[in-house]
Amino acid sequence: MTVYILCFVLFLVGLYGIITRRNLVKIAISLSIMEFSIFLILVLIGYVDGGLAPIVDPEMAGQVYVDPLPQAMVLTAIVIGLATTAMLMAIAIRLYRKYKTFDIREIKNLRG
Amino acid sequence: MEALIPLFVAIPLISAFLIIILGKLVKGLHRILGPATLLALLIMALFSFTGLNQAAHIYTMGGWSSEGGFPIGIYLVLDGFSVIMLCVINLIGFIALFYSLSYIRKYTAEANYYALFCLIVAGMNGVVLSGDLFNLFVFLEVSVISSYALVAFGVGKTELEASFKYQVLGGLASMLILLAIGLIYWKTKTLNIADVRNVLDAGYSKPYYIFVQVLLISGFGLKAAIIPFHAWLPDAHSSAPSPISAMLSGVLIKAVGIYVLIRLFFNMFVFTHEIAVVFTTLGAISMVIGSLLAIMQWDLKRLLAYSSISQIGYVVMAFGMGMILIVKGDNYPAATLALAGGIYHMINHSVFKGLLFLNAGALEHRLDTRDLKKMGGLSSSMPITSSTSFIASMSISGIPPFNGFFSKLIIIIAAIDGKFYLLAVLAIVVSIITLAYFLKFQRYAFFNKSPGKALEKIREVPFAMSFSMVVLAFLCLALSLLAFPSLREAVLQPALQVLMQSELYSTTLLGI
Repeated sequence: MTVYILCFVLFLVGLYGIITRRNLVKIAISLSIMEFSIFLILVLIGYVDGGLAPIVDPEMAGQVYVDPLPQAMVLTAIVIGLATTAMLMAIAIRLYRKYKTFDIREIKNLRG
Repeated sequence: MEALIPLFVAIPLISAFLIIILGKLVKGLHRILGPATLLALLIMALFSFTGLNQAAHIYTMGGWSSEGGFPIGIYLVLDGFSVIMLCVINLIGFIALFYSLSYIRKYTAEANYYALFCLIVAGMNGVVLSGDLFNLFVFLEVSVISSYALVAFGVGKTELEASFKYQVLGGLASMLILLAIGLIYWKTKTLNIADVRNVLDAGYSKPYYIFVQVLLISGFGLKAAIIPFHAWLPDAHSSAPSPISAMLSGVLIKAVGIYVLIRLFFNMFVFTHEIAVVFTTLGAISMVIGSLLAIMQWDLKRLLAYSSISQIGYVVMAFGMGMILIVKGDNYPAATLALAGGIYHMINHSVFKGLLFLNAGALEHRLDTRDLKKMGGLSSSMPITSSTSFIASMSISGIPPFNGFFSKLIIIIAAIDGKFYLLAVLAIVVSIITLAYFLKFQRYAFFNKSPGKALEKIREVPFAMSFSMVVLAFLCLALSLLAFPSLREAVLQPALQVLMQSELYSTTLLGI
């Protein structure tokens, strides 16, 4: 149970960062933290106590294996997360070139 | 028929990468390959629409079909509801891309634009066809990540800021969706939508799934920009290049937002009365507040973006009313009518909102401004833009004989029939407010006195742009034919059947 609560705490840390930070890069980092808390939950979903890596060996009957599907999901999700982070950082760099700052209080052309 | 299904995803993916790779060698390849891809997809979508002779066509990826009743592979499902969305996506996609042939010339890196456009279409086709939750998430990310890039395509100050905002909120939404998918997998041990329904039918713990449903509503609600989650939409949709705004407003928020919500809540969960009430209230709130926010705008594309929120509210409200009536179970004809109105309004909205954004793009192309106060007297110098935008404005504000009138009428009749008198009154009031702000747009852009001499020399936009606008304006009129009951049944009945007999989806897919 503690692990799940810790994952949730990590999620909240990311959310807190997105809401309160004023630096574009820190917002991007907070978003990544949040992503990784979800990935941890996904890995935990597939975890089986005392389970082996899911390469089934017919000679070892009765052996417990962990669920491979969430692991495959997490790998895919990490790749997607990489794409989002790369995109976010690319935009942050372009924004810095235009405004000469990472501070979101000075980047506010869009209103209303 | 089954062999066609994967091509909807494969063709745009392949041509997206071909444009980038071969574009270096063959000059101008993207200008041919891009529209050709979308035209092929449109023809395929229309063909599968006419050829849909059974409840659902299933394609299993890699030939991994079911093993002892448990589906192993990833399913792509083509049924009555998804085929309508496919037609809408590829139709608006083709027209927007044809329009881009002239419009996008002012930007650099044209080839990237066409490649990203193909990717966004591939992602949306995948979302609509997918029968597997995680696969749906992957396609959703493909389409939204390319839309982040396309919103920032102008790389000006506002574009970048809008894209950053869109990405942060979009990323948050994706995380909520991924968490919900993980939680569903945890309890049901399956990701196949039909199989999840099958497992849930055997009984489930209610509080757990209420949490999952709330996560899904907030995640996909963020993607669909229903009102408490709408903050990114006006920025993103007004900053993007106009054909992309037409794609985002016309198709993306429906394909990855509304469509998925409806599909999951009808065909995966058995929705309860509470969820139905949540849908109806969210829809009604977005409808009212969206229109009130729109009337205050002076930036043309921001006005259109807020009006999208309002019109999406109509769609969500219609589906919500249908869900309430289905749960009550005593007035099925009204429920069917409400759902039909929702689907019909969704199709209509993509046509007229696409057209309005293309009009806004045409004005921006010639005037280099989106500010309504700086326009005026353009009806004589830009006759095609003026007349098509007049048709679209009348259509969206619900003036007969255009399509918007009939879909709103069906929603209002369903509301009265289902005894939602307050919602019927709200729908009429919002329709009048919509008329008000579109008359404002017409008056300031086209009929006012011209503010300066400079505007009198404006010429009409090039052929590719005016042609796409005329096609969509024609569709605004043609789609009103769906108001005839016989024609409506022929077109909407397969989709309605998927929603009304929601348990059929899982039984046909699993072959029980």
